Amino acid sequence: MAHAAVAHGIEDVMQPPVERESGAGVYNEKLGMWVFLGSEVMFFTALIGSYLILRFAHPEAWKPPGVVLNIPVTAVNTFLLICSSVTMVKAFAAAQDGFLNHMKYWLLATAIIGASFVGVQGYEYTHLIEKGFIPSEGIYGSTFYTMTGFHGFHVTVGVICMTFVTIKAFLGKYTQTDHRGVEVIGLYWHFVDLVWIILFTIVYLI
Amino acid sequence: MTHVKPESPQTPLTPGTAPSEAPKKHAHPSYIGIWVLLAVLTAVELSVAFLPWHKNVIILILVGLAFWKAALVGLYYMHLRYEPTRLRILAIAPLPLIAVLVCAVITEWIW
Repeated sequence: MAHAAVAHGIEDVMQPPVERESGAGVYNEKLGMWVFLGSEVMFFTALIGSYLILRFAHPEAWKPPGVVLNIPVTAVNTFLLICSSVTMVKAFAAAQDGFLNHMKYWLLATAIIGASFVGVQGYEYTHLIEKGFIPSEGIYGSTFYTMTGFHGFHVTVGVICMTFVTIKAFLGKYTQTDHRGVEVIGLYWHFVDLVWIILFTIVYLI
Repeated sequence: MTHVKPESPQTPLTPGTAPSEAPKKHAHPSYIGIWVLLAVLTAVELSVAFLPWHKNVIILILVGLAFWKAALVGLYYMHLRYEPTRLRILAIAPLPLIAVLVCAVITEWIW
């Protein structure tokens, strides 16, 4: 009886005083990714804000679009990233609809296109450095490599995570009812695409 | 005698949490259509950037197009349009920082 009373007391203590809430109404991994993306927004906003301040302060240091930077190559890269976003969202849609085989190949396509983006960026950097446009060239060079370098680093991390998720998909770890990994990496991937959309305009076209 | 509560039925751990809180099922938007629109907007950006117009007009158009593309990705590819309101608020919470930074840039430029 005493044991029962103690157990009952503990049970009362363990009960939350109010009914539990589910926060934002999504599962933890997804909420965690959104919070992380919120911190990423602040990171890139600070980076872009600093870039704009420097650019307004020293407009003479920047060359018109296409003079130093290779716009056609970057346009191809932009198109690649847009393509990778649609393959990613198609993978998620396939998982939701239970087409798990389609999901695997959409994920594989996303990883390959993402890796191609990194490859083209490496090609672009190589040619720019050969032309003498290096990070220490001045404020134009240092801001260009900082902005695009940080973005390229994010894409590289994304490709590594995407490869991991793709392998898990081929091992049959995702189902129609539980494909959280696919959705969470998808959110990160689309965010990286979104940042590039802004960077492409600010760094290359303006 | 301890009172053992009956186990509540296990909610399947699916993207979307408990059924009462899960986002409503929605038909997939036309992802390919959005992809085509993104590609077309990028082509328009590339054309506008080299037009012999006033620099400020070109910047305004390019920034507008960039935000349009970013909104398409956020709303449809990241599914923000279909997410619970609280998650949408969480997603846009850092955006006021952009306004602060734009103000900082403008004052830096003017002074």
